[in-house]
Amino acid sequence: MGFVTTTRAAATVTASVLAMLAATAEAEPGLIIDLGGKFDSSFNEAAYTGAQRWAEETGGSYMEAELKEEAQREQNMRRMAERGANPLIVLGFANASTLREVAPDYPETTFVIVDEVVEADNVKSVKFAEHEGSYLVGLMAGMASESGTVGFIGGMQIPLIQKFECGYKQGVKSVNPDAEIVSNFVSSDAAVAWNNPVAGREITQAQISQGADVVFAAAGGTGEGVLQQAAESGILGIGVDSNQNGMEGAAGSVLTSMVKRVDLVVYDTFQAAADGTLEPGLTILDLEADGVGAAMDEHNAELVSPEMEAAVEAAEAAIISGEIEVHDYSDDDSCPVE
Amino acid sequence: MDFATLLQILDSALRLATPLLLACLAGLFSERAGIFDIGLEGKMLAAAFFSAAYAYITGSVWLGLAAGCIASMVLAGIHGLASITFRGNQLISGVAINFLAAGLTVLIAQNWFEQGGRTPALEGAARFQNITLPFSETLAPVPVIGPIYSQVISGHSALVYIALLAVPATWYILFRTRFGLRLRAVGENPAAVDTSGVSVTGLRFAAVLICGFLCGLAGAYLATGLSANFVKDMSAGRGFIALAALIFAKWRPWHALGACFLFGLLEAFGNRFQNLSVLGVDVPVQLMQALPYVLTVVILAGFVGKAIPPRAGGAPYVKER
Repeated sequence: MGFVTTTRAAATVTASVLAMLAATAEAEPGLIIDLGGKFDSSFNEAAYTGAQRWAEETGGSYMEAELKEEAQREQNMRRMAERGANPLIVLGFANASTLREVAPDYPETTFVIVDEVVEADNVKSVKFAEHEGSYLVGLMAGMASESGTVGFIGGMQIPLIQKFECGYKQGVKSVNPDAEIVSNFVSSDAAVAWNNPVAGREITQAQISQGADVVFAAAGGTGEGVLQQAAESGILGIGVDSNQNGMEGAAGSVLTSMVKRVDLVVYDTFQAAADGTLEPGLTILDLEADGVGAAMDEHNAELVSPEMEAAVEAAEAAIISGEIEVHDYSDDDSCPVE
Repeated sequence: MDFATLLQILDSALRLATPLLLACLAGLFSERAGIFDIGLEGKMLAAAFFSAAYAYITGSVWLGLAAGCIASMVLAGIHGLASITFRGNQLISGVAINFLAAGLTVLIAQNWFEQGGRTPALEGAARFQNITLPFSETLAPVPVIGPIYSQVISGHSALVYIALLAVPATWYILFRTRFGLRLRAVGENPAAVDTSGVSVTGLRFAAVLICGFLCGLAGAYLATGLSANFVKDMSAGRGFIALAALIFAKWRPWHALGACFLFGLLEAFGNRFQNLSVLGVDVPVQLMQALPYVLTVVILAGFVGKAIPPRAGGAPYVKER
């Protein structure tokens, strides 16, 4: 009797182990929200929206983790991979060095990194042509500005943000070669740069006193302060990453938003994984792929003149056809226009 | 740099210095009584959230301010309970307060407003409006003094003036009243105070609660004066810069005003000039942003006088048996 019970117990254990293995094989996709937080009304929120849309439309579920600080990157990435998240999406260039170390340890997991290139057999890198989208909003800023001075507020002085800045400058200069562009960066401390609406407001006021009447914020949550201050001071703001045209306390003064379809990346990745078509390698989402663009909706309809809309469409077509070539700052770490 | 630009920078510096000043004076009370407080940041953050939330709900910024101060004082009370009553480590308790505030504010904000840890935007009476001081119109044409008065000093929200008045008030309380003498004594030699029959615990709790109140003002100014809503982690390290300013000021109220204004000025300069050219040398903005910390280290290292903290600071008081 004793023997039989033991065997049966052993069989049950084996069965449950097999069941667990099967469960791991049908892994859930995972998403790690980066510093700045899930609801930064910008970059991370776009990713979260994409994941939510996928979950709602397909009824699937996904795993999620949110970084609290820089030091958690590796720990979080490994834990998610070990919990069986596959594919695992990490957001932002700051993950690149960590991912280079972590990815080889989990050859079965496909990692997706947004905004940076990591070369490994199991990593898909997605980059955006931010310079092209920024060119379009710069063009709008140049047309909308009456003073001939426009502002740019970046979170940190890093190549990714300077890519926005440089594209924006080229756009502004394309319609107004004499335009002045005032540039500021919030901080060199990542913990302070992206979550500091108070600093965003002060910088906006400083730029206004230098004559700026359109400001473009590429600074995550700090941009909220920028857009609100712009609205309060009666000038125009330009949002970033997500469509911020309708931001509370600023709607009606947001000329447009340079949208970066991070939501599409997340949605498509999750869907491709479910279909089994996810391939490692590099993808660049540019204007042609609808990865970036200037947001038009009911909130900014009154601010955008028909000429402006036509100019944006013309520039968009010209960029796609290659007629206009927007310089990418990160190619050579320099910008052709001042 | 012309005069108008200088005025704008001074104006911005005063705004940026105000939350630092309030938090710095808060730390001054607490540390002078022998309770180190690295939880200034957390208390500011909690106050920022509760002031913005209640200002939105009630439509009155003053009720919001009260809620912010109460929230901050509750956290101060917890710090007091841990470090005075239970004689715990003051630094650890302070760190715990910071974490508690960072997590709770976002959690409650999401639960109440469902806007992703933000509070809705404030308008009208739910926000501190700028006050134009009397005679600013009349004095404006007077050269030099006129523009300084009408552009830099006038036109801020009430909390800026409260913060400025808090400096002489702090000085008076600490150095001209019996309560202040006892409070400072408790930070230097609590046993002596105890021997004379005054409650060490009571005095330290009073100091910690005053600290909570002032942090409450600082947080409320961030969310309802400078901004128009609460955003996750919006205190952005200001509580720590205030601590640096406190050391820089060597625990003295008037010097705290100077230190905070200097730090505010550095930030304002950094905001205005991406690269400031001083005597032909380009000073990058990053250096300007790091200067408050560099200056504090210089002071701590004893290059410019000596910064000696209150002697009984950090140590829980244990009665002899």
